[in-house]
Parts: sequence; structure tokens; C-alpha cells
Amino acid sequence: MAKTDFGPPDFRELIPPVIKENYGNWKYHTVPRPGVLKHVSHTGAVMHSVRIASPRLVSSQFIRNISDIAETYCDGFLRFTTRNNVEFLVSDESKLQPLIDELDAKDYLIGGVGLSISNVVHTQGWIHCKSAVTDASGITKSIMDDLADYFTGKIKVPSRLRIAVACCVNMCGACHCSDISIVGIHRSIPVINHELASKICEVPTTVASCPTGAIRPNPKEKSILINGEKCMMCGNCTAVCPAIKIMDPVNDGVSIWVGGKVSNARTAPMFSRLAIPFIPNNPPRWPEVTDAVRHLVEVWAANARDEERMGEWIGRIGWERFFKLTDLPFTDKHIDDFTHATTTFRSTTQFKF
Amino acid sequence: MDEKKTPLLDELEKGPWPSFITEIKKAAETNAGAKDLLHMLEKSYEEKIGHWKHGGIVGVKGYGGGVVGRYCDLPEDFPNIKEFHTVRLNQPAGFFYTADKLRQLADVWDKYGSGLYNMHGSTGDAILLGTTTENLQPCVDELSEIGFDLGGSGGAMRTLSCCVGQARCEKACIDSMDIIRDLTIHYQNEIHRPAWPYKFKIKVSACANDCCAASARSDLAVIGTWRDTLKIDMDAVREYVANGFKIDQLIRKCPTEALVWDQEKQELNVCGEDCTRCMHCINMMPKAISIGSERGATLLVGGKAPVVKGAMIGWVLVPFIKMEAPYTELKDIIEKLTDWWADHAKNRERISELIGRMGLANFLAAVGLKPLPQMVNAPRSNPYISWTAEEVEKNG
Repeated sequence: MAKTDFGPPDFRELIPPVIKENYGNWKYHTVPRPGVLKHVSHTGAVMHSVRIASPRLVSSQFIRNISDIAETYCDGFLRFTTRNNVEFLVSDESKLQPLIDELDAKDYLIGGVGLSISNVVHTQGWIHCKSAVTDASGITKSIMDDLADYFTGKIKVPSRLRIAVACCVNMCGACHCSDISIVGIHRSIPVINHELASKICEVPTTVASCPTGAIRPNPKEKSILINGEKCMMCGNCTAVCPAIKIMDPVNDGVSIWVGGKVSNARTAPMFSRLAIPFIPNNPPRWPEVTDAVRHLVEVWAANARDEERMGEWIGRIGWERFFKLTDLPFTDKHIDDFTHATTTFRSTTQFKF
Repeated sequence: MDEKKTPLLDELEKGPWPSFITEIKKAAETNAGAKDLLHMLEKSYEEKIGHWKHGGIVGVKGYGGGVVGRYCDLPEDFPNIKEFHTVRLNQPAGFFYTADKLRQLADVWDKYGSGLYNMHGSTGDAILLGTTTENLQPCVDELSEIGFDLGGSGGAMRTLSCCVGQARCEKACIDSMDIIRDLTIHYQNEIHRPAWPYKFKIKVSACANDCCAASARSDLAVIGTWRDTLKIDMDAVREYVANGFKIDQLIRKCPTEALVWDQEKQELNVCGEDCTRCMHCINMMPKAISIGSERGATLLVGGKAPVVKGAMIGWVLVPFIKMEAPYTELKDIIEKLTDWWADHAKNRERISELIGRMGLANFLAAVGLKPLPQMVNAPRSNPYISWTAEEVEKNG
């Protein structure tokens, strides 16, 4: 039997000498051109990182291609970022421009650094997930095709803007804390296959799985019952009982959220808040979603002050002006009715008309 | 074999952004699974519905998780993805690789799997997308020979992840990569053998910019900070100002009005007591302002996505803790948290939901931490205070 429990490859064997020598001793960095970081250490040592977009879902060919490039220009050293970009780590400055030239020639997109819209953090989608309401990769590709100039730095933005896409409310991405997030949602009550449920459903576990208490046992059919008035379509029951189905190609779709962030810079981390409750799934390019995202980016970019993230901008102007400036309707759907609901109701006469 | 068409997916090969469809097609040139995946995805795009079934347990020897069973619901139409399981590989800290390491990985995955990857999954693992039940064991065996081990799945400590930290960032207050490496090795059993009510995630960001979204995406977030005062290089400040840097704007954006600019003397001063170490001025003037010297971390507990009781951003648990290898104090806290949670949580209840149900004060008492004002936005505003029997004098 192969050995177990030895952990991942040790990063110490995978970092370039310039990092080994300057580990913990970097002094500052600059962005000499969009997509390129120049780090300078206290010893004067310099390392450049060249960042390119990746579709996150990649083939062995992609892996081999970027490996070849890293070998030619970076002594084989490269890394990925937390937002799924690839970074080539250049120790020899004379190889920087030739690397950029080759990346340009091969149509890799260089960018995603500093005041830009970086790559999208997203989830698996129809490609490989059982609970996907939509296809995160398809939406991401469509959005970033549209916003590519914001990634490459051709169009500047007031602050960084983070986009996340999750194909269901499980949100296996930082959707609840992103400047703009797109989340797949259900709008119809789950359907129970009682015959199958009688054979495989663990009734107590399924009853307990419901956060609103909408599920009760159905002894007659050795199954369960769902109270549609209490159900909030979270899908949690479908994760514990395979006899419950919630997928609905007609009524499923996506929602759009704004104003979240995780950084503590200036203001505390913020949750993303509902902007658009529902847009139908419209593959392969989700034009209504890409239009909505572009619109949100453009209104923010035109109105925000320097260094103001989406949520900080909305915090300054107020939600009432956000809905006015974006021309989005504020509806009953925007009023929270779940666990944190009362904390979101306004208790001051300070507001705008 | 007849060549089926994929007109909808072909639309996603257009445009400047790199295309995942092109990637699937590249893999499909030599891999039957990738080819079936492409055609089943086209069907999903036509029908607006997914075709992956509800879970299914698969495993490899010596591990309780790390591989995730995946079966399609159209096995007759797409026999090569009838079984198409995921292998979660624990990524190297900071996502650093060498060309050789990546090629070794591609060689094994081309031999046993689809030749498709997520670099990386949301938790941090390198995700190998799709292989058969039969191929799982030999694949994992060969991955182990080239130095890759499995990550976590199910009710386990999930694969840990971090920002790039001191490897390449001047703002790093702690060695995020070493912390992750150390904890990952220490908790191999907890990662590989699910024994808990649900997932437990740990992420480390080396400063409050939180580049790995630790406070939003981990049950325990370790975020680098300092407790003396940030450092100002006055010559460098003057150079910025001389070059047109908007110093007034910097002063205005300081959330606690801790910065003062003396225009006459051309001097920038900070009131250390007022500074909350938000990182804004350091982000704006990296050459002139830097992190303090007495470094450590703030621990936050409870960050998570919405399922089940709503999304959370981690709550302050320990305002300041030293972070020196072998991180004994941190490990002690992790064990207390996970023990308490494993003892009390219901199935699929994350630690923040349990804290919400049992009360923060009860949780603090159980894990032996003292209540501190840094833990709350404000004290209680209602009179319904709980008292223990010992705190109340006996009357008659």
C-alpha cells in the first residue's frame, strides 16, 4: 500500500531562489504596467510577477504550456493566485519583456493587478456538480469576455472590484462577500418521489435538515411532507435525501448581489446585498446577466470616489440612491425575512429622497 | 464514432477571455471521458439542467475522504462518464509549483483520469475532474509517488489554505505559508478521516487585507496584525508628496483619524493608540508606511456561506496571539473549538451556528476564553441577563 498522510508537496521545494533568499524581507512593490508586479526586498533584490487570466477549468495541455513558458523565462517557477490567475515568477529581469511578448503573441491576457477587475472566483456548475442551478463557468466566461478591458487595465476603475459566481446558494465561492456576485437560485418548492423516499430517505435527518421547519414525517407513505409556505428553497433537504428534487429548468435562474468585501481596509468586511432578485437562465451567454453586471460596474465606476469599493460607495450614497442611480426596482424581495432580518431595518430618520 | 456537434458551447469559445470549453475540447482529443463530458454539458445548456446524480460513496485505501463520488444520470448516452469521480489534491501552500511538478501531475492524470483540472477549487485543493472507480486507487497511489496527497471532504477538517504571505508580500505580518504547512501536517488525521458533524475550514491571511477571504470562508480565520505602531519612513512620504500623491485624501480616508499631516513641516504622524491597523495607508504608500514590529494574528471564528442558517463573517475570538512555530497555542485553541463543536453540534451544523444556538458567552466559558470588548460591536441592549446559581446569593 502506498504511504498515506504525508501532506502536500513542501512549498520550500517549489519557490524560486529569489524568494528563498528574501523570504519575509520584502520592502515594497510597484505595478510597472498592468498585470505586472515588481517586488523589491530590503537587500535590493527584485522579482517580477506576470499575471495572466486562466479559465480555472484547464486541460493537461494548458498545464504543460504554462510549464514550458515558466521553464523558458522563470527557471520553471510559477504559481496560481487565490483568484485562479497564473503568475510567472521572473528573477532575471532581462527575461521579463520576452516573457510578456510571448504571452501577448499567444493571446494570454495579462492583467488582474491593483485597480482592475481581477478573475472571477466561481464554482463548478453543470460541468460537475449535483446541485448546480446554472453553469458558473459559462457565466464567468461571458462576463469576463465583456469586461476583459477592465482586467487588462485598458479601462481603469476607482478601486478593485471582485466578482464571484456561485451556481447555487451553497455558494462555494466568496459570493456573500464580493463587490458583485451572481448566485443561482430556485423559485419552486422541491418535489418528493414518495416511492423512492420510502426506500432510501432517512426521515429524521431530512426533517432536521430544514432550517425553517417546513418538513415533517409522512407516515402514510413512509416519506416526508414539505410545507410550501415555510419552504425557502435552500435545497438543504436535497443534499440529505436523494428522493427530493428541486431542479426546475423553467423557474431556476440567477440573482445578483452587490457591495460585499473581505478586506478590512478603511471599512469592516461587508456582506453582499440583493440587487436583482431573478434573471432567467439564458445559456450559452447569459446576455441579461452580462448586461446587468456591466451596468453595475459602469454606474459604480462613474460615481465612486477614488479607492471606494462598491459597498463603501453605496454606504456613502445610501441604498435609496443606489437603486435610483442604477434604475433597479426595489421590491418586497429585497427586504430580508431570515435570521438577520431585523438588523437590516432602518431606525433613523436620516435618509435621502 | 459519429461526431456530435456542440453549437451552444461553441459560442463560449468566442471572445478574448480564455475558454473552458476550448480546454475541455483539448482534453477530449485524447480522452473519451472529457468528450462525453463536453456532450453532456451541451445537453445541460439545451435543457438548462444538470445531469450529475446525488453523491455516491467512493474511497481509496487508508483514507475516509479526499475523493468525491460523481455519477451521471444518463449512463447509456454517456458511458465514459458513468463514473466520473473527483480527486481533491492538497495544494502546496501559496499555490507554488515548478514546471516539473506540474508535468508529473499531468502525466499521472492523463494516464488515469480525464486530463481536466480546476486550478484551484474554492477551498484551495487542486481538483482533478473525473475518473472511474477502478482507476481511483492506482491514480492515488501514483500521485502519492510523485508527492501529492489527498485533501479533505465531508465532515472533516478541510484542506487548509492561505495567501502568499512572506514569500512575496511586504505586508505579511505572519508566515501564512508555514502556518498552513505546519497545521496541515499536524492535522492529517482530521483532514483525511471525517469524524465531525460537518466541515471545518481554516484559512490564514497574513494581513487584514485578507487576500484568501479567510474571514468570510473559514470557520477559523487567522489574520496577521501587529500591536505596536505602524512605521513611517518620512523621506519616502515626502517623495510621494513631491510626486503628486494626494496626501489629504489619505488622511481623510483613515477610518479612525489616526493620521495627521503637517503641511509646513512636511511630516506625517500617526497616533498608534487610535490606529485600528486597517491597512489602507500601507496599501496606498507601500514604500513609506509599513507594518509594526510586534507581530501576531487575530483569530476570528465562524465565517461561512449561507447553508444552513445564513452567511457569516468570522467573529473576533482572540484579538492577538503570537504566531511562532510550532504554533502550540493556536493548536490548543483549534482542539478546544473542534472538541466543543463535535460534542454539541447537530448534523450539518457549522460552529458559528452552534455558537448562535448556545450563546457566545457559553461558548467562551466552554473553551476557556475570557470575554473581551473586542469581541462585540456593542454590549447587550436588553435586560435579560443570565446568572449562574453561584452568582446569586441564597435567600432563605
